[in-house]
Amino acid sequence: ISLCSRQEADGDDRLGLAGDAEGECDGDSKADTPDYPLSTADTDNTPECLNKALEGLPPRWKNYWIRGVLSLAMISGFFLIIYMGPIALILVVMSVQIKCFQEIITIGYRVYHSYDLPWFRTLSWYFLICVNYFFYGETVADYFGALVQREEPLQFLARYHRFISFALYLAGFCMFVLSLVKKHYRLQFYMFAWTHVTLLIVVTQSHLVIQNLFEGMIWFIVPISIVICNDIMAYLFGFFFGRTPLIKLSPKKTWEGFIGGFFATVVFGFILAYLLSQFQCFVCPVGFNSESNSFTVECEPSDIFVMQEYTLPTVLQNTLRWKTVNLYPFAIHSIFLSSFGSLIGPFGGFFASGFKRAFKIKDFANTIPGHGGIMDRFDCQYLMATFTHVYIASFVRGPNPSKVLQQLLLLQPEQQLGIFHTLQSHLRDKGILPPAAVQAE
Amino acid sequence: MFCYGYIRIVVFLPFQSQIFHFFSVFVCLQGSDNELKAEKEGVSDSESKVDSGVPEVPVPPDDTPEVLNKALSGLSSRWKNWWVRGILTLAMISFFFFIIYLGPMVLMMIVLCVQIKCFQEIITIGYSVYHSYDLPWFRTLSWYFLLCVNYFFYGETVTDYFFTLVQREEPLRILSKYHRFISFALYLTGFCMFVLSLVKKHYRLQFYMFGWTHVTLLIVVTQSHLIIHNLFEGMIWFIVPISCVICNDIMAYMFGFFFGRTPLIKSPKGCCKTWEGFIGGFFSTIVFGIMLSYVMAGYRYFVCPVEFNNDSNSFQVDCEPSELFQLQDYFLPSMLESVTGWTTVRLYPFQIHSIALSSFASIVGPFGGFFASGFKRAFKIKDFANTIPGHGGIMDRFDCQYLMATFVNVYIASFIRGPNPTKVIQQLLALRPDQQLYIFNSLKAHLTEKGLLPALEEAAAA
Repeated sequence: ISLCSRQEADGDDRLGLAGDAEGECDGDSKADTPDYPLSTADTDNTPECLNKALEGLPPRWKNYWIRGVLSLAMISGFFLIIYMGPIALILVVMSVQIKCFQEIITIGYRVYHSYDLPWFRTLSWYFLICVNYFFYGETVADYFGALVQREEPLQFLARYHRFISFALYLAGFCMFVLSLVKKHYRLQFYMFAWTHVTLLIVVTQSHLVIQNLFEGMIWFIVPISIVICNDIMAYLFGFFFGRTPLIKLSPKKTWEGFIGGFFATVVFGFILAYLLSQFQCFVCPVGFNSESNSFTVECEPSDIFVMQEYTLPTVLQNTLRWKTVNLYPFAIHSIFLSSFGSLIGPFGGFFASGFKRAFKIKDFANTIPGHGGIMDRFDCQYLMATFTHVYIASFVRGPNPSKVLQQLLLLQPEQQLGIFHTLQSHLRDKGILPPAAVQAE
Repeated sequence: MFCYGYIRIVVFLPFQSQIFHFFSVFVCLQGSDNELKAEKEGVSDSESKVDSGVPEVPVPPDDTPEVLNKALSGLSSRWKNWWVRGILTLAMISFFFFIIYLGPMVLMMIVLCVQIKCFQEIITIGYSVYHSYDLPWFRTLSWYFLLCVNYFFYGETVTDYFFTLVQREEPLRILSKYHRFISFALYLTGFCMFVLSLVKKHYRLQFYMFGWTHVTLLIVVTQSHLIIHNLFEGMIWFIVPISCVICNDIMAYMFGFFFGRTPLIKSPKGCCKTWEGFIGGFFSTIVFGIMLSYVMAGYRYFVCPVEFNNDSNSFQVDCEPSELFQLQDYFLPSMLESVTGWTTVRLYPFQIHSIALSSFASIVGPFGGFFASGFKRAFKIKDFANTIPGHGGIMDRFDCQYLMATFVNVYIASFIRGPNPTKVIQQLLALRPDQQLYIFNSLKAHLTEKGLLPALEEAAAA
């Protein structure tokens, strides 16, 4: 048909990527098989100091050492920011999100040679800002209710928040429609869709991470540690005992690694949960103290972080000769989190591997020497964050009381009265309120 | 989509030269010069008129019902096309009235069917564009994701509005309590199936189709659920926005036809949309919206929120109309006073809101249409499908409606109503006792401050 439809190795995609017959094809000799220097082998941005220290070793060992050193560096960084507290964590999550978004969008640009499309870079970042504004606004309004009620402009923004967010998004949508250029329609629609899917994956899940964080830092630390541990353990088990390949997508993964990683992660998660449940600073929901204008993590630990006695099933009783065992209920929950992280979490990794193979890139970017981009490190985390959030919402906590109060205050006075009386009779039935006697005002 | 070829044959006859102009205006709204040539020949399938090299969606040639064909066999093919369009337009509008008459349940079913059809049309285009019809599992997965997302949304709606019914039935209660978890598990299953179905030679295609499916779900399914939420607020919130968009289409077309001179957007896809049509359509839609709201606000059937009656197990629309739907006196500004000689005017507050809705439909709504036109040009298709003879697919008719539905929903949430009291009670009862007590005390303090409570406290204590 035209020049564009060359057969690529995959044998698919007969359109060719830059597929407009309207003249996009001419300069694109590598339209179908992008072999951009996105692999870490070409551009080596290992810091100079590391290079010097590892001069003597052969390149394979050097690579291992670099990966090892960077792994340790990242884990220490993780501990450091945990130490610094919730605000630092939120900022770090936001930075990671922005970096991941930028990495994926850059891949899109390269794949579609659309770097010079009019307006497109601006629009992608604009949509990112809109969606972040929407989500952060909902979070802030929920958790900082008192602060918001105090300041007049914030109150206005909070009340009409959805409308303002929608208006901002619409402005971006209209700009997109106005920016459609005759020869580039298809490319522009592709990039529009690419941006939206990226936003869906990256931004919504980073906000779920932050909401988990507000439940208590333990709900942030334990899932992330579980995923990291599963990666490392599956790798080690695969290295030492690996024999049967797991899935064609990732030839290096083996069944031995998978199963070994599963058990190791469950044990690790259990131990970590036990350790962290004792500290109030991890266990308490992050609250905003209106008087001191800062975050506080102090509270009465909820039921799941209070030691309880569990009677062991008779089978275990005979083996261990203990009748009961003192556990935190959270440790039981951690078993479920670990199972998910080990069994389903890797699918996020397979998805990212498939994505990289589909677009013929080795890594998402080259930010971390030896490891690739930020997205490479975080691809398994996303499913985990959503799962933790859904798990908390379904099994652990009910609705957020301050949010319910907020909604109450927005109702009409008659509706408020109606609810007041319903609640009053409900509490009286339960015996929490004294029956209709004189109440001290 | 902007061309509701309306019955104006009477006008055409004396203006032979204008027929061609009219015809080319009509066609222009749909596509490029190639398509114009093909349309002149009366061919409605897209094979002959797309640029070479790019596969097009094979639209079947002519599926006009036989009865229409016979009735119009005498006319030339161009006029026949006009008549077909006109008759189908009338048919669709009558159908619209008919299903309104049938009530909320039927409306919900229709919205669901429209959504499924739109989804199917867009996915079929994706298949044709990528020749991915034979990809392993993909058709199954697309429909599976559609089911999952619908299950999630309908579950949330049902839990909100049918709270008592759900609490009564044991299996429903469990489904509702763990609803998010179940939906997430279903979605994850689909996700894992997708990963397992990745086949070596087809990675990129499969990822494209995955992305295509998700974007389609985002556009089509979420907005159809917003339409249903609007419907539950009161059928007037469903009827008036849709009518405003339809009216704007027709009026902008009429004004453009009779007075159109200055093109609206430079790019060729908007070549025959004119500023005169745009502005004329804007004003006439506002007037139409005000009149329609006036007529409808008088009937409880349209104005009341749809509720589920537990005893009779059916929907009812019976209530005390809220303030919005009660006539109020408004003082006219002195300018209008001198012109019309009235000091005050009686209006429903809803009519003021309808001005905002009409403005949105006229000003921002067309961008949805431009988006769909751009999409069709990008993938070189004339219509989304060929379901409705003369009009194209269902998606062609509904592309402007989607932005409107979202806007109405956001508008209602921001300016009209607060949260749903039943939902708040639900959440209250789900809290722990100490949290309930805390809220109780806060609420008591708040109501006492407002002065609503002390009188009642004395009455209760008495």
